Amino acid sequence: MLAVKNLCVSYGESIVIRDLSFEVRKNETLAIMGRNGMGKTTLMKSIIGMHKPRSGSITLDGTEIAGLDSFKRVKAGLGFVPQGRQIFSALSVEDNIRTGLETAKVRRIEDWVYTTFPVLKEMRHRKGGNLSGGQQQQLAIARALVSGPKVLLLDEPTEGIQPSIIKDIARTLNELKQLRDLTIIVSEQVLSFTLEIADRILVIESGAIVREDPRANVDEATISRYLSV
Amino acid sequence: MTAKIALALLLAASAGYSWDEIKGVMIMQGFAGLSLFSIFLLMALGLAIIFGQMKVINMAHGEFLTMGAYTTVFLSWLCESYAPGLLAWYFPVAMILAFFVAGSVGFLVEFAIIRHLYKRPLDTLLATWGLSMILQETFRQIAGARETSATMPEWLMGSLQPFEGVDIPINGIFLLGASLVLTVIVVINLYYTRSGLRVRATVMNRDMAGAVGINTRMTDRMTFALGCGIAGVAGAAFTTVGSISPSAGGLYIVDTFMVVVFGGAGSIIGTILAAFGIAQAQSVLEFFLSGVLAKVAVLLAVVFILMIRPQGLVVAKIRK
Repeated sequence: MLAVKNLCVSYGESIVIRDLSFEVRKNETLAIMGRNGMGKTTLMKSIIGMHKPRSGSITLDGTEIAGLDSFKRVKAGLGFVPQGRQIFSALSVEDNIRTGLETAKVRRIEDWVYTTFPVLKEMRHRKGGNLSGGQQQQLAIARALVSGPKVLLLDEPTEGIQPSIIKDIARTLNELKQLRDLTIIVSEQVLSFTLEIADRILVIESGAIVREDPRANVDEATISRYLSV
Repeated sequence: MTAKIALALLLAASAGYSWDEIKGVMIMQGFAGLSLFSIFLLMALGLAIIFGQMKVINMAHGEFLTMGAYTTVFLSWLCESYAPGLLAWYFPVAMILAFFVAGSVGFLVEFAIIRHLYKRPLDTLLATWGLSMILQETFRQIAGARETSATMPEWLMGSLQPFEGVDIPINGIFLLGASLVLTVIVVINLYYTRSGLRVRATVMNRDMAGAVGINTRMTDRMTFALGCGIAGVAGAAFTTVGSISPSAGGLYIVDTFMVVVFGGAGSIIGTILAAFGIAQAQSVLEFFLSGVLAKVAVLLAVVFILMIRPQGLVVAKIRK
């Protein structure tokens, strides 16, 4: 579905992602785990096109997308929920969702959006910036989903969210994966959340993959060692 | 508004005017202020988009007004020379043409200059200042240095007298009408259309706008072109009340920036309120003081208010 091959990303002379390769299969949820500063967000930004890689290849369904602008990658079938949500704070909830319709085939908000996220319907006229963290996260997911992506990228979706809401997010993502026929790549540090949604876990350190486990074989203690500071 | 009336009454009372005389002055200067308000608003609308939304300091904004005005003058000359029968109705066509001429040049300017400087606002200021000089010289070479004006259709001339002693020029009413119609069009475009949503999302978070599927480069280009096009329409409307010269647009650029900043950059309602407040204050004060002193007084008042409220008159309330 989505393949990253020999990806190198740098900020100036500082190399953040080193010769990284992985592949995610259709309908699979792949979790990328690692401590802060290991390159998770840079990897996500490189896949969506917010950061241009130094070298390497990113293909979606066999088509090279590494040189494309972000909006073309969204058109090709990627959806992105960034770290910190980054919703458009001065736009209403409804307008925030409508921004995601830019590349959609249907240019209106369909019923399933408000059925999946009822709180967004209640608050559709409120400014996005006036929502709580959990509500903003739902809004960011809805905004990414309305474009009809094949692959959904989520960058630390649990950051700054209270534990009870984290469980709701995990349940919603699992439901959406089935309903919307999604492939998911999620970067995370919270192992309990990852174990609820992931089919496979990659651990990265200093921009390189150091471990790969299917969920069934995950040794929590070992993974936790990679996540502790 | 209340402060303005109180100030005018105070100045009038101290100058020994009777109540009836004060009333007359207020009405007369109020109408003059409306004309000034229309010009400020027409100029500021384009800048409210370019500076208020895109944060581009476009020092050549006045030259896009001049471009629209010369387009109107050129079309009036063409009609006069080759199709005098169309002279009565060329003006609406001139306004549309002014929009497309200024908008197209704006589109090219964004592509050639502005897009390279989005992260360098001071360089944008210098580049657009240079562009304003190039455009002024181009106008001078093509149209000459002397002031010129468009031939007005008859329906734009004369005045209305709603009651005795009050004379309202039709061109002033047209200017006010044009500014209000254009304001409504801009508001609808910005807040109720898909292209307006693209603009607002791109302004708020350019990277994220791209990551949800918006073509931010094209959005920038179209937004800049729209702002320039609106300045062109302002220029066409401006020919109904004044003559035009290569440097005419530049005369209003400082006032226009003042209106946009005072209103609260990015707020169309703020821009309208600021244009109205500044124009009326300036107009009334001009009667009691000299023109220059009135400008100084208004500028000082604006600076003082901005010191207390740096975000301008109107600002969106968002949880931080």
